[in-house]
Amino acid sequence: MDPGAVPRPARAAALRRAWALAGIVPFTVYVLLGLGVPAGAIAYGAFQNPDTGHLTLSNVTTATHGIYLHGFLVTMELSVIASVLPGIFGFAIGYAIHTARRGSALRRIAITASGVFANFGGVPLAFLFIATLGTTGIATRWLTDIGFNPYDNGFNLYDLGGVALVYMYFQVPLMVLVILPAFEGLRPAWREAAANMGARTWQYWRRVGGPVLMPSFLGCVLLLFGSAFSAYATAEALTSGTIPLTAIQIGSFLNGNVLAGQQNVGKALGLGMVLIIAVLMVLYTLLQRRAARWLR
Amino acid sequence: MAAVIGEELAGGTAPGPLRAARRRRSLPVWRWIILVLAGVYFLIPLYAALRFAGIASFGQVVHQTGFSDALILSLKLAVITTVLTLALMVPTTVYVHLRLPRLRRLLESVTILPIVIPPVVLIAGVLQVAPAYLKSTPYLLGLIYVILAMPFAYRSLDAGLRALDLRTLVDASNSLGAGWRSTLWRVILPNLRTALMSATVLTAALVLGEFTMASLDLYQTFPVWIVAFDQTSGPVSTAASLLALFLTWVFLLLIVTVGSRRARRTGGGQVDLFSVVRHETGRPGTGGS
Repeated sequence: MDPGAVPRPARAAALRRAWALAGIVPFTVYVLLGLGVPAGAIAYGAFQNPDTGHLTLSNVTTATHGIYLHGFLVTMELSVIASVLPGIFGFAIGYAIHTARRGSALRRIAITASGVFANFGGVPLAFLFIATLGTTGIATRWLTDIGFNPYDNGFNLYDLGGVALVYMYFQVPLMVLVILPAFEGLRPAWREAAANMGARTWQYWRRVGGPVLMPSFLGCVLLLFGSAFSAYATAEALTSGTIPLTAIQIGSFLNGNVLAGQQNVGKALGLGMVLIIAVLMVLYTLLQRRAARWLR
Repeated sequence: MAAVIGEELAGGTAPGPLRAARRRRSLPVWRWIILVLAGVYFLIPLYAALRFAGIASFGQVVHQTGFSDALILSLKLAVITTVLTLALMVPTTVYVHLRLPRLRRLLESVTILPIVIPPVVLIAGVLQVAPAYLKSTPYLLGLIYVILAMPFAYRSLDAGLRALDLRTLVDASNSLGAGWRSTLWRVILPNLRTALMSATVLTAALVLGEFTMASLDLYQTFPVWIVAFDQTSGPVSTAASLLALFLTWVFLLLIVTVGSRRARRTGGGQVDLFSVVRHETGRPGTGGS
């Protein structure tokens, strides 16, 4: 096993272990400065009166009432839709890619395309969909020609469902990228063993594949939730603020559109987002720990 | 490989393998349905945008005011971010794999944080605490992008390292008298080539496409320019974003193709961006015993 496991005097071992940690100091310092300090500043600012600098709860109170509370709820509703559906769709695509021959063109094209589309967003993405499913978009016209005008049937690109549909454009590829490693943990031998014992496909998925992949699947969906939760540019471009989303509200604080005395409400909103995501992170870690039992 | 051999063996009379063979033949059907659906969803918007932009706009993109400045700034940021990310993440990931394997899960959780901390929150905090001399330059963005790139860089490096028998490689290198630095440069890095490439490309793609932070930091990177230019000419701006998307993709495809060809030749583990496989040794059906 590990050479460090050989028994030796306790003090020397402790020293060795402490010294071993020195190798991750640069990384730790960078993360603390680039992530920890800014997050800390937001958290502190959330409890600060912008004029006097005294500690106060008024920012948090404002941020959890009225339009801001509504913003949190709408953001969560959107994130649930825009993480579960792309999660299922991306899972299916990921499995299709996984079963493709290694090194095949299909596999290479699909995986690289996922890498590109997962980073696509903002005004260009909004525009793509306005040209497709806007009131005069191409797909809208095609559908109208075959007698199904989506706008007469309750579809609207600029409401919550429409935004969720647009979000799928980067959420599905993200799901493909993060779920692929999980499929590698699905040993072909298990499938063969199941087949040898006479299991049908659905039995294999119900008893073997499903339970093994479930923690990874849920973990990835949580990740998608976080991604949808923090998306900013796309919704801003598509709806120009008609849907109250927390990220957009924070953005307008940063752009200086604030009432006097409320400058720090944006920080309280930011803190709220981080807290919601922190809860999810804990869940994610627990799920990963469970998944790791099978994957290694 | 195993599936192909399995199908050949399935010519027998036992009901189990027969059913398995039928199932394997039916696999492509659902696969095609899924992929066609995905193709429809992903390609029609591209086609719609292409029609709106018109072919002529593509020629005009290059000549627009601000185009080259924005593109150069984005490219500079991409280079800075990639160099910093690799310099930070490669030694850390290798070190943790070798010396602190117990911290791997912790590192994984920490590097996933930037995906879930909203960029809009992060940039708000950064603008609040960053010293003035950093805030007055666009390169502050490069420093923060390193944080944003961490999840992607770490995951591809981690996948690449897991495909190697790192311990054996390092022990062999040490027993031949190589020092730690020499081992890293001449043994580990060449074996990680594909993983390094995918980390590079994912980082570059992220920087070239990032909008939220750059626009709130008020610097005109390429994506910010595209949006600003949209006010002047919609078709040209659309053409520019399609062009950017296409070029990034071709670049990525090129690197993965070259990378996997080279990996096959050197015998290292094959990495396609995230997933990783040990080389098949042609032993179908032995895993169950």
